[in-house]
Amino acid sequence: MATQENKNAAAEPASQAGSKSASQPPSAEGFVYLPLIAGWAIPGAGHFLLRKWVRGSLLAASILGMFVLGLRMQGSVHADAHNLLDLLGLIGDLGTGILYFVSRFLGLGAAQVQVTTADWGTRFIVVAGLLNVIAAVDAHNLRTGRKS
Amino acid sequence: MTYFPAVLFFALFASTVFGITQRETPARMIRYGVYCFTLFVGSAIALSWLMFLIAR
Repeated sequence: MATQENKNAAAEPASQAGSKSASQPPSAEGFVYLPLIAGWAIPGAGHFLLRKWVRGSLLAASILGMFVLGLRMQGSVHADAHNLLDLLGLIGDLGTGILYFVSRFLGLGAAQVQVTTADWGTRFIVVAGLLNVIAAVDAHNLRTGRKS
Repeated sequence: MTYFPAVLFFALFASTVFGITQRETPARMIRYGVYCFTLFVGSAIALSWLMFLIAR
């Protein structure tokens, strides 16, 4: 009796694992870190790869909106780090992925500060990068099945 | 842009990302996003009044 129950208990997880792999979307195949890297490089792209169109669009709009508003407020994009605070800002800016490199290439966020809200703009750009990292990790969690 | 619209935009964008990434179902995402937005804006207003009263 007890042996039969043990057999059933052992067989149940195996059958659940089988049905889970069968119900996984096609995007779940391939390189497991692709949504993480894509989500970091292009805001929302990690969710787009997983066919989460609405979530990806909202994330992309939020992160892009915060980054653009930061630039519009004459916030600065960190180009190098002279002290610890600059280093933290640079790491935050790098979180925006391609937006950081495009803005550096175009010379955006490098102007002299002329308005009082420029400090806010700098924080907007840093926070946009941090939010993008959170979104990329969320895409990775969706890909690995840690989040549904 | 003045400070208050900046606060509203900051709260809106951050709450959207928090709601989507920290909850699993759409209903709970919206509820958590609204909760975060309220906390962001509410705490900004409360701290502004606190600083105003301290400066007087």
